[in-house]
Amino acid sequence: MFTLARYCARAAYRTISEMGRMGLFFGQTVLQIFVPPLRFAQLIRRIHFVGARSLLLIIFTGAFTGMVVAFQGYIALRRFGGEAFLGPGVGLSLIRELGPVLSALMITARAGSALTAELGIMRITEQIDALEVMALNPIKYLVVPILLAAVITFPLLNAIFVVTGIYGGYLVGVELLGVSSGSYFSQMSSAVTSEDIWSGLYKSLSFGAIVAWVCCYKGFYAERGAEGVSHATTQAVVMSSVLILVWDYFLTSVLF
Amino acid sequence: MIRVVNLHKSFGRQRVLTGINLEIPKRAIYAIIGSSGAGKSCLLKHFIGLLRPDQGEVWVDGEELSALRGRALDRVRARFGMLFQGGALFDSLSVYDNVAFPLREKTRLSEREIHEKVYERLAQVGLPEAATKFPAELSGGMRKRVALARALVSEPEILLFDEPTTGLDPIRVNAIHQLILDLHHLLRFTAVIVSHEIPEIFSLATHVAMLHQGVITAAGTAAEIQASTDPAVQQFISGRIEGPIEIN
Repeated sequence: MFTLARYCARAAYRTISEMGRMGLFFGQTVLQIFVPPLRFAQLIRRIHFVGARSLLLIIFTGAFTGMVVAFQGYIALRRFGGEAFLGPGVGLSLIRELGPVLSALMITARAGSALTAELGIMRITEQIDALEVMALNPIKYLVVPILLAAVITFPLLNAIFVVTGIYGGYLVGVELLGVSSGSYFSQMSSAVTSEDIWSGLYKSLSFGAIVAWVCCYKGFYAERGAEGVSHATTQAVVMSSVLILVWDYFLTSVLF
Repeated sequence: MIRVVNLHKSFGRQRVLTGINLEIPKRAIYAIIGSSGAGKSCLLKHFIGLLRPDQGEVWVDGEELSALRGRALDRVRARFGMLFQGGALFDSLSVYDNVAFPLREKTRLSEREIHEKVYERLAQVGLPEAATKFPAELSGGMRKRVALARALVSEPEILLFDEPTTGLDPIRVNAIHQLILDLHHLLRFTAVIVSHEIPEIFSLATHVAMLHQGVITAAGTAAEIQASTDPAVQQFISGRIEGPIEIN
């Protein structure tokens, strides 16, 4: 009993310490955004890595998500004779929920894991220490461009995901299942409000910050050896994915 | 120049340094020797503020490092250069860009001046032809020489070497030692070298300190340490299995 209590106390202490360190890391990163100079070359490199190189994946997953939603939506709506509402169904589910969440999960899998591994390798090969020895702030130099790149690219990739999803839904709903082309888009444009679009934007912005924060933190403090980097990468992907879903619920229920 | 007073450092329950006292004179080539895992690299990282002591002080020319933060610490660090065990070259940059990196980031020199300085340092380490290569294309010895060029390019007053010759063959070990010696004559920096290279280190260093069980057990000139009667020093120098240094 005593051993169990001690184990629980240690686990709680470790969790709280880790949360504190993560909070401090995020605070330092945000603070460093406002300390000149802003490294544009690094920022562009990171935007290319996180954004441009995720483009095909986002288009592919967006299109197929829209197609699946259209199929499932059509089956459900047909039972009530509401096939005309397929457009709003596809549009709203993609704009408000599926676009931000799935695009964030996809970018986490592709870019987030790679960023953790990159920073982890820099840590274990002492490249981060080398930056400190040169009197350069490694958070400023390495993490700030990633955070900014994520906050810039996540909403853009989300928009691309949603647009390709809507056209994927159009392909299935209109071309394959025979829903009227006019009603698909006109019903969608009358049902979707600017609030829905803003909610998706807020979500993808915050997901960008979460993914950059968690993945950079895990890589930055990776422990020694290849196993340490592998462990950090797994933790970064799992924690980012869970936080995306938890934060999504919080935003949906509290703010919108 | 560097003075360490009663330095203690632990990682979790593992006590690594348990009361280090050390004085490193200006322009010396100071070697710190000791068995693997004795805490030599850990001690070296305290000299530049990469690690902070749990207890004790590290003084660099009248400034106590653990009391410094931010720009004050950066100002002291700007006087240092460090050669890491694996070189710590930036993978994504070419050899030229690696050596130019500290100048681009910390000085206002023009690209032409940077170009001159980079090639001067690369020539000193015998690698001007490797400028366009990337670290992954270099051998271990070449990587260390590039790292040495990078450490030297900003003309530091103090250079820290963390096992600069580990993993190299005896010819390259001597070549790196000779290079350090030549550059020391030329640039007059203070060198602190963590090394296992016995007996070669005695022909390079002016001073030697032996780190054993978390403390400095012997310190003095290279000749004094070679003649030391301390059993741990003698065991380490001779490489005997039996003695006070236990093999884990």
